[in-house]
Amino acid sequence: MIAVRTENLTKCFKKLIAVNSISFEVSEGEIFGFLGPNGAGKTTTINMLSTLISPTRGRAEIMGHDIVRKRNDVRHSIGVVFQEPALDSRLTGRENLEFHALMYGMPLHERRSRITEVLSLVELADKADALVETYSGGMKRRLEIARGLMHRPKVLFLDEPTIGLDAQTRRHIWEYVKKLNEDTGITMILTTHYMEEADALSHRVLILDHGDIVALDTPAALKDVLGGDVMELTVGNDAAAFIGEMRATSWIKKTVAENDMIRLTMEKAETRVTAVVQAAANHGAVLLSVSVRKPSLDDVFIHYTGKTIRENGGGNDKPRGFRHHGRR
Amino acid sequence: MPYGGDSMSVLNVIFVLWLRDMKRFVRAPSRIIGNITLPFFMLVALGAGFGRMPIPGMQSPNYLSFLVPGMVGMTILFSGVFSGMSVLWDRQYGFLKEIMVAPVPRVAIVIGRIASGSTTGVIQATVIALFATALGFVLPSPVKFALAVVFMVLISIIFTGIGLIFASRMKDEQGFGLIMNFLVLPFLFLSGAFAPISNLPAWVRAISCIDPLTYGIEGLRAVLLGSSAIALPVSFAVCAACAVLLILTGAWFFETSEAV
Repeated sequence: MIAVRTENLTKCFKKLIAVNSISFEVSEGEIFGFLGPNGAGKTTTINMLSTLISPTRGRAEIMGHDIVRKRNDVRHSIGVVFQEPALDSRLTGRENLEFHALMYGMPLHERRSRITEVLSLVELADKADALVETYSGGMKRRLEIARGLMHRPKVLFLDEPTIGLDAQTRRHIWEYVKKLNEDTGITMILTTHYMEEADALSHRVLILDHGDIVALDTPAALKDVLGGDVMELTVGNDAAAFIGEMRATSWIKKTVAENDMIRLTMEKAETRVTAVVQAAANHGAVLLSVSVRKPSLDDVFIHYTGKTIRENGGGNDKPRGFRHHGRR
Repeated sequence: MPYGGDSMSVLNVIFVLWLRDMKRFVRAPSRIIGNITLPFFMLVALGAGFGRMPIPGMQSPNYLSFLVPGMVGMTILFSGVFSGMSVLWDRQYGFLKEIMVAPVPRVAIVIGRIASGSTTGVIQATVIALFATALGFVLPSPVKFALAVVFMVLISIIFTGIGLIFASRMKDEQGFGLIMNFLVLPFLFLSGAFAPISNLPAWVRAISCIDPLTYGIEGLRAVLLGSSAIALPVSFAVCAACAVLLILTGAWFFETSEAV
């Protein structure tokens, strides 16, 4: 069954087109990754799908319910873990969950057991009665995930679930997300601008840039498009002649030069190192480093947009002037 | 299985929103003090200061007792209108999204907010009325005081509703504060809180007649003092009608507002 379907979904903020006529389908039980730099339109899409804002054009359905005409049915079917904490810091962790349970009309007996259950799932049982303002960033995020799961949604949105968290907490959250999906079959829509995250978690990845769909496939298929491994070189001088030869070499499928970095795509790159180093020496190019690796989604992103996700970034995932400053 | 959707869940939602605000209120009580400072000093300065002066057009035994319903109304006006600020805080700290993404009727969200705004408003107003007794104000019978609480609740609903409507469309705290100040002063000074409206020129009196606070304060005078410029049933009918209207308008504004 189709869990999420969009047709030409579009959102404009005044003159800015934040999401530009995107269409895709997500199957039930899938972990679907939205990958893109800040400002690509990921959060705006999530906000539309979760009924917080209305689309400018186009339509979308969650579990068969239209996001504009059947908002209440959509709201019943979804759970959302927001990018910025959406917790009341003057309440305790447990009180935040109780609030959620009552808002979703859970009966008392189920409320108690479910709160205990989700608290232990995210390992916050011992901190449940402390005020949320005393929580660390990772604890807040875990509490939000617990909350998003409490009412057993069919579709869970995770908007940048690990942004600003340390590596260890990030891995932890990845494990929760995977386990949850395997155990409960819940459909998950995840946004991230971390390549590893999209790669590690998603069954399929949608790459979004400036509101447009750039690519949509499984991580493996996306990487296959690149046609092989990546050899990354750093050069210490002007290497135009060397780059020229690389472009002309038949077994190199793609050559991308960016500042002092040259990325070559080829099969069995580990066997070609000598040849490349030799060519660099012939053209007087000073090689500072050479590395060979399997392609990452980062390379996929570069392949489709011609730039790295990082240089694209900066700022907020919102049009300027839209978002209020000064959060806690 | 989706939960809820019936009338029980509407009551649950109103209750949980009210409960949350009460917890926040109890944990940060400084807000109450801030809200009642102005009416407190006005009672002292004006009530005690002008207490013995005869004022034409006034049916009350003295100025202090005339002023007390006015100050009770003013306290509720301030507390109500600025409870919209809590929506802005929730928006700023993200919690509004948690509320707005929940599968609950928007009218329940508005009534829940109004319920907590009214509770704090009535508590503050009661503190002011009790304080006035220390200056010589005589409280009426408990039954009449209960009637006064009914009027306090109605005034609260009206002005909390107005605050929420503006808050549903605004993102910036300073702007909200500015607009609210701009609104509060005409509501207050045209309402006859400080002086009988019968003393006003006819055209100003005409404006007073479209100020809901006028009916709220006259209603309070009718039950607290036993005399008022507007008949009690009229005040009650106008306040009740305005309250219903604002709840419905508020629900519409929340239904159509964007939470981020």
